[in-house]
Parts: sequence; C-alpha cells; structure tokens
Amino acid sequence: MVRRQPKGAIIGIGELTPVRYSEGATTLGLIAESARLAIQDAGIVKGEIDGLLIGPQVGETPQHVPATVAEYLGLEPTMSNVVDLGGATGAGMIWRAAAAIEAGMCKTVLCVLANINEKGKTLRSPNRNPIREFDVPFGASGANTSYALLKQRHMAEYGSTQEEFALIAHWARKNAQLNPKAITYGKPASVEDVLKSPLIIDPLHLFEIVMPVAGGAAVIVTSVENAKRGVHSPVYLLGAGEKITHRAVSQAPSLENAPLSYAIPSALDQAGLTVHDMDLLSIYDCYTSVVAQTLENAGLCEPGRFGSWMKEHSFGHDGDWPLNTHGGQLGFGQADLAGGMSHVIEAVHQLRHEAELRQIPNARHALITGNGATLSEAAALILGVES
Amino acid sequence: MIEKIENLTVPGPTVTPTTKPFWDAVARGEFILQNCCDCSKWVFYPRSHCPHCWSNQLEWVPASGKGKLKTWSVVHRPGHPAWGEVAPYTLGVVELKEGPTMLTHLLVEPNQELKIGLPLQVKPVKVNNVWLPFFENTEE
Repeated sequence: MVRRQPKGAIIGIGELTPVRYSEGATTLGLIAESARLAIQDAGIVKGEIDGLLIGPQVGETPQHVPATVAEYLGLEPTMSNVVDLGGATGAGMIWRAAAAIEAGMCKTVLCVLANINEKGKTLRSPNRNPIREFDVPFGASGANTSYALLKQRHMAEYGSTQEEFALIAHWARKNAQLNPKAITYGKPASVEDVLKSPLIIDPLHLFEIVMPVAGGAAVIVTSVENAKRGVHSPVYLLGAGEKITHRAVSQAPSLENAPLSYAIPSALDQAGLTVHDMDLLSIYDCYTSVVAQTLENAGLCEPGRFGSWMKEHSFGHDGDWPLNTHGGQLGFGQADLAGGMSHVIEAVHQLRHEAELRQIPNARHALITGNGATLSEAAALILGVES
Repeated sequence: MIEKIENLTVPGPTVTPTTKPFWDAVARGEFILQNCCDCSKWVFYPRSHCPHCWSNQLEWVPASGKGKLKTWSVVHRPGHPAWGEVAPYTLGVVELKEGPTMLTHLLVEPNQELKIGLPLQVKPVKVNNVWLPFFENTEE
C-alpha cells in the first residue's frame, strides 16, 4: 500500500485531570479550561481559532450549543457544529475538523468536550423516541444493560470466559499506574480483583465498567502547512473511518460484527498502512468487552479468539502491543464524551515522545477508535509523525 | 415475581399514534406486527415507513408471538432505580419468528440456564397499569 498525504494535523492538546465529582463547576467552565490548556500547548492565541466542534450538552444547553460555547469563549468561528456520536465523538471531530479546513471554511479548529459530574445527580434522558418506548419500559435503562447483553452474546457464541475479559481490565489498571492523572492511579487490580468486584449487570463486573468522572479535553487541528510552524512536531491525521448502524442494542443488525469492523480497515486503507504498522492501540474501552470486540474487528485475531491472543502478548508501553498506555478509560476515568478524546490525547503524547515513564520507544503510528451508543457509532483514526 | 412487577412505578412506553395499535393489541392479549405492503418484510418497532424499502404502506398483521433468544443479561443493579425492587431480573433480546428483533423482559428464574436459540413465547404482563409483551420459555 502507498502511504497517502496527511489530511490535517494536531498542533495542541489540553486535558483536565479527571476528578470523581465537580461540585460547583459548569460544563462551559470546564470547556473553557480545556481550551485554554490546548492553545497554551499549541503556542497559539485564541484569535487564531476560527472553527469550533463541540459535543451535545445534555441538561445544560440543549440547543444553540455552538453559539453558546462561542459566546462563552469569545470566539467568532466561521465553521461550527455539534458532533453527536457518543464515545466516537472525539475521534469523529478530528477528521471533521480536517475536512472543514480542506473545504476552505476555516483554518484552525478547536475540538472540545467536557463534562461535570455531581454526586447523586443522574441526568435522566428526556428522550421520546423508540429506545425510550420499546426498551426502557422492560427495565433496560442505561448503557450497562446494553453492554451486558453484548458481552453475554460473545460468551455464549464463542465460549469466551470471564477471566479473559478480566485480563483487559487488569491491563488498563496496570497501565494507569504509570499515569498520575488516572483516576485509578495507585489502585492496580489483578484479574482476581476484577472477578471479585461486584456483578453489576451479569456478566459485567464493576471493574469492567468505566467510572464516571468530571473532566475535559481539547484538541487543536490545523492544516498540514500551518502545523509546520507550530511549537511541537505536528501529529498528522493519516486516515479516518466511520460508520453508524443502529441506536438500541435490540435493533443491532449483528451482535458480533460491530461497525468498527468497517471503520478500522477504512482508516488504515486511507493511511496506506496495516494494523501491524501501529505502535499504539488507543482503543475505546467503556467496557472490557468493547476492547475484546475491537481487537477482533481490527483483524488482530479471529472472531471470538481475543482471549487466547491476549495471553500471547503484552500490552504495556514496553510490550509488543502497547494498548491504552494512559490506562484507557477503564483506568483513567470517563468524563462522559471527553473520555473518548483521552484516546486521541494519549496518542498525541506518545507520538510526540513526551509520555515520560510510559513512553513507547520509537512510536510513529497510532490507531485510535471511538465507540458510541451500543457498539453502533464507530470511528477510527490513524495518527502518525514523520520518521 | 409477576405480582411485584405489577406494582412497580417505572417508566412506561411513550406511545405515539403510529405505535398505539401495537400497545392496544398487547393489552387485548394479541401480538401484532407491521408488514410492508410493498416489499412484504416485517417491521419492528412500529414505524411510519418501512426501513427496508421506505414504503409508507405498512399494515398491521397478527404475528406468531414466538421467537428465539439472541442474548440476555441478569440485571442486579438497574439503570433506573425504580426497578431495584424486583432485581435481579433477566432481560433478553429475542429474534421474532417473523425476523425483527426486540428487547424484552424474560419470565425466568435468575439462576435458570439460558442459551442462544432458546424458544420463547410472548406473555403479556401488566406493569404500572400498562400491558407489556414479556416473554417466557416454551417447548418448541
């Protein structure tokens, strides 16, 4: 395959340290702080930003979201939009930013996601749509149920075991011990610890489920030409793939063949690379089973065989397949949609060779995945640096 | 178990004029699905247009009420707190004999061994004054 031209570049990143609860903070405030850190990192001034991509703001700003955020930040973007792909939103923003720049609508885009998390306050969806009418009334509220159904199907179809899934949570916690920002820093977990954690929704244990936290993440995307003038070596967008197939797990066209099995090969094809060229797998991990299915969808092993494949490999920064070196969201914490962006931000750290204790030697290419709703919103990116 | 479920105060269906015939039928003890007049495919959940061919001609037809289990989960900590009173309970995705899939509540014991392909039959249960199509295991 021929390596294609980069489509855009990341020149700045900003990420808040996840905290369990954010009493008194607003989403807009966390967005502003994430954005401030990102332009500081990029070495640019606010006035250079003329594009804005943000996520939905359930409960705080249901409509006119770009205008509200632009007003709060004092921006006057010539391209703005809400990207609404659940956990795939962060990855989905990066290629949209590059595409908007290529279309001549703007030059430098702020992609920003942030979320508050207040104790005892669970936002209830105001949905009046099919999933609310045909799934919720049976007692199926929330993502845990959907992912339990997906994990159970994998176990029943392929004979995958609880120990195999627990290994994924173990590696996330293990890698998080080299990331002081991670919510589980100082709290490693063995396979046995994962299996002993409470069964929340069978077959999902507590340690296989992301911890909701407050936090935020921002990424600055600009043209390849502009990026060459930046303070950091540019991290290039080499390829992207995306697909959505359904909303509710009950309506999934297939419980095994997630849309990531389209998005990942598409991104690799655009980049002219294969999964074996990747130095980092930055795999969206709201639940252990999502990592299992993504490894299979990426073609690293046969469907259903992730467990035996994982036992043959090592997933730390010094392993043969570095995987979620920041701890993944299972180790780092999930600040709602910003959690998905943590996989992009870790890739940038690794590709800039600034990941300190957890630096992957000679990291040049990273696969980033995003997954939203019920393994139904998929995005994949290939990021890389010049050799 | 069913008696406890009947008395729950949990979110019911958000019925629309398009979907009302389905819920009315469940309350009468019937199970009906939409069938497309143009491409003959079955549709669930009920829609204004056929998702297979975009025809706007769908008709309600009595369906078998039979299906097979695709996957399941025993819920210990429900996403909605009001369901906590009857936890643990079992949810399943059923592949209806006619083709479409739906999520449902399974009338099985929490420790019952389940498997892909288990034969199921609809069994309406009243929850918070609304009849819902739960499913139970049947002989083939």
